[in-house]
Amino acid sequence: MVLRVEIDEPRCVAAGHCVTAAPEVFDQRDSDGVVVLLDAAPPAGERERVREAALLCPAAAILLHERDGA
Amino acid sequence: MPDPKVLPFAARAAGCPFTPAPELYAMQKDEELPRIGVPSPILDEFEAVAITRYEDARALLSDERLRMGFVFDPDAPRSMLNQPGNLLNYNGADHTRLRRMLTGAFTVKRVRALQPTIEKIVASRLDALEAAGPGADLISTFCTPIPTLVICELLGVPYEHREDFQRRAQVGLDVNATREEHIRNLMEMDAYMGELVAAHRRSPGDNLLGAVVREHGDQLNEDELVGIGNMLLVAGHETTASMLSAGSTLLLQHPDQLAVVRDEPEAVDGAIEELLRYISPAITMPREAAEDIEVRGRTIKQGERVVLSVLAANRDHTLADGDLDTLDVRRTPPPHVVFGYGAHQCLGQQLARAELRTALPALFRRFPTLRLAAPQEEIDYRTTTLVFSVNALPVTW
Repeated sequence: MVLRVEIDEPRCVAAGHCVTAAPEVFDQRDSDGVVVLLDAAPPAGERERVREAALLCPAAAILLHERDGA
Repeated sequence: MPDPKVLPFAARAAGCPFTPAPELYAMQKDEELPRIGVPSPILDEFEAVAITRYEDARALLSDERLRMGFVFDPDAPRSMLNQPGNLLNYNGADHTRLRRMLTGAFTVKRVRALQPTIEKIVASRLDALEAAGPGADLISTFCTPIPTLVICELLGVPYEHREDFQRRAQVGLDVNATREEHIRNLMEMDAYMGELVAAHRRSPGDNLLGAVVREHGDQLNEDELVGIGNMLLVAGHETTASMLSAGSTLLLQHPDQLAVVRDEPEAVDGAIEELLRYISPAITMPREAAEDIEVRGRTIKQGERVVLSVLAANRDHTLADGDLDTLDVRRTPPPHVVFGYGAHQCLGQQLARAELRTALPALFRRFPTLRLAAPQEEIDYRTTTLVFSVNALPVTW
């Protein structure tokens, strides 16, 4: 299973949930708090946290694509 | 200002001020979208669609066709609800433009950088509490001053002005103050905020309002900057004060839960989420449908007003296993809409969490024998205003 993360930047409301949930994968831009994607293909160990981040995002700005693959 | 009537929507169960009234749960089970009369000091009584289910609240709060209930009207008299700069008065692109000027100040990183400041403020209030007792009112000595002092730091209110600033913030919350006192107080607050903004214009301070002036001052006029300052004060002060007040009241009545908050640092984050969900201090969110919106096959018509009950939505029993009417600080926190949802979700929520998770454990560690100094039935809850709270809480140790 491969997890690919995509960000819909204009939707981001800078609530900061993603940074709290998965700090290895998400950060915030200093100027306006908008999400910065640190790792678009996070390792298996991060998947649960990334899913939680996507679930918590109040603006649905985190899109997850999961597919089978090596 | 006379007390607004109790919103049918905010009604609490008899003798159980933390529990929604049975009527709210009945509404939640209703497959229809009930229309209810909502008393308002501004609009008199208006009719609105009542939203009480979590899934409906979440879907609607992220639906762009549902607009804010009060949009800034430059021709109407200015009030705390009707002023430029207040994010609650804007929709769509106007809202995004203004919000993005402020979000940089509330990033997780910036809030973490405020941690030592918050700790210092909490420590100073613990000292004040100790000096006042044994035996003191926890609300006026501890719960209310902490968020006000944090906001003073963010706005750059100098030390010598803080006592006056705090007094005005208190009057703003005082349900017993007269309408004339409230109007005079609002004028004083506006005048003081105008002075602060002017001082930042001359020399922007090393704080949130200073940063907004430095980075975006050329795009904002004085009225908007005053409005932003007032919004930060009102939004950042009343709700957090309520969470500290109602949170300590609840925990003092549940010593086993209090012990978790006091003794188990790793459990504190979850406990704060549970307290937020359980207390739901900002009771309702008023909105208006800009277009017809379908909800579960029923229609909210264009132009209809909508009120969302945060309290009911957070107690939606379809959300999680277990009894959501029982406080359980160890439960896996169910999702909640305490801070709203969607584009308007609370700007200061990470700051609020930081204040709560710092202040509550510190209080119970410093005063391990802290207990109520009055019978539970005599606790003076504030259930008639838009933010639920506790007016006074005699404690001893």
